[in-house]
Amino acid sequence: MSNQPILEVKHLSKHFDGNGVLKDVSFTLAEGEVIVVVGPSGCGKSTLLRCVNGLERPDGGEILLDGARIDAGADLVQVRRQVGMVFQSYDLFPHMDVLGNLTLGPVQAMKRPRLEVEAEAEKALERVGLAEKLHALPRQLSGGQKQRVALVRAMLMHPRLLLLDEITAALDPEMVREVLNVVLDLARDGMTMMIVTHEMRFAEAVADRVLFLEGGSVLEEAPPREFFHNPRTDRARQFLDTFEFDAVK
Amino acid sequence: MQDLAVLFKGNNLARLLGGLGVTLKLSLLSVALSVALGLVVGALMTLKNPVVRAFFRLWLETVRIVPQLVLLFLVYFGLAKAFNIQISGETAAVAVFTFWGAGEMGDLVRGAITSIPVHQRESSAALGLTSRQCWQYVLLPQAARRLLPQAINLATRMIKTTSLVMLIGVVEVLKVGSQIIDANRYDAPQAAVWIYAVVFFLYFLACWPISLVAGRLEKKWA
Repeated sequence: MSNQPILEVKHLSKHFDGNGVLKDVSFTLAEGEVIVVVGPSGCGKSTLLRCVNGLERPDGGEILLDGARIDAGADLVQVRRQVGMVFQSYDLFPHMDVLGNLTLGPVQAMKRPRLEVEAEAEKALERVGLAEKLHALPRQLSGGQKQRVALVRAMLMHPRLLLLDEITAALDPEMVREVLNVVLDLARDGMTMMIVTHEMRFAEAVADRVLFLEGGSVLEEAPPREFFHNPRTDRARQFLDTFEFDAVK
Repeated sequence: MQDLAVLFKGNNLARLLGGLGVTLKLSLLSVALSVALGLVVGALMTLKNPVVRAFFRLWLETVRIVPQLVLLFLVYFGLAKAFNIQISGETAAVAVFTFWGAGEMGDLVRGAITSIPVHQRESSAALGLTSRQCWQYVLLPQAARRLLPQAINLATRMIKTTSLVMLIGVVEVLKVGSQIIDANRYDAPQAAVWIYAVVFFLYFLACWPISLVAGRLEKKWA
């Protein structure tokens, strides 16, 4: 692990129509580290992720990727080639088969030889248990299968950093597991990731650190065991309690 | 039935086919220009600039509200009368049909583009594709698939509407048909039915292949 963090976010702020969505957010992410961002809806988690690959422009602060600023005036296309992102709604390209979806980025954006990328795509698809879906169209896949393809698609770009924005939120419960298993595998392989999720058990299992966001500010930053079992703030405790149903009985 | 023989009298059939040629020439030229211009117009229509929006809105409403025949008269007779600009009926026809087609086509293109979820653009950006690559590989192929049925509908409507140009002196298939009918009104009073049936059949021949190709593409793209 090198000393320089892959990602540094310093005093980041973002406003929508005068409302502060992110207020003075700072954290770092080291190579191979997995950080999970949790918090109530509307707390700015997704906006934070979107700032990191330039889909939103921050109003203040800095974002550094491998020490280089990516917020103002940076070549966002170059940034996005190093930062993969997977969204809640999978967003496969519906007019291309799975192989076409997987190879588009590496072949067109990275100018890699098609045959080489196709071989790699096939192997990667096999790893997530979808070898036989190589030529299927997105609409022939289940939600969980689509999201696994979307993960493979992002990984084939060999990103320095992978952003996952509530990737299981649109899935039926029985499909959540198959997708999260893929993410756990990636974490085990040392992929650096920033994950926004509402799956608290998964967050605890995959995270090296947890960032608790509320009203656009970081209220807690702690190792998962500490955050989930011994949160420091009342607000975090309240938030975690909403996932428990024991008290209802 | 024997009045059908009028069709084969002299060079009637050849004249009718010649008329069909004029119809096809005007239609294909207008449709091709409309599609080419419509793609540009449609892309411009997606811009948020209020002046641009107002301009295209006015254009679109004009071609929707004003009957094509009025536009033809305006361009063919109006230009000559007001500015002493003399253009051939065929030029006027292509100009009017392109004005109409490009406006309507532009609106179809606009609709096709804006109906693509914003996430498609974002996920292709997240893959490091440039904006041009995003249009080329992600947005336009999807827009084309959404566009096809309506564009075919517009093209066949344009082909049929070219029959109006006989009213500004262009001799196309329908005009040739009525000339033949008029010339034989006394010898073969029933010829009208047959000649018009043949004209109907010729229009069908012109539009049918387009529908066939469209159907095949839709199946392939479904």
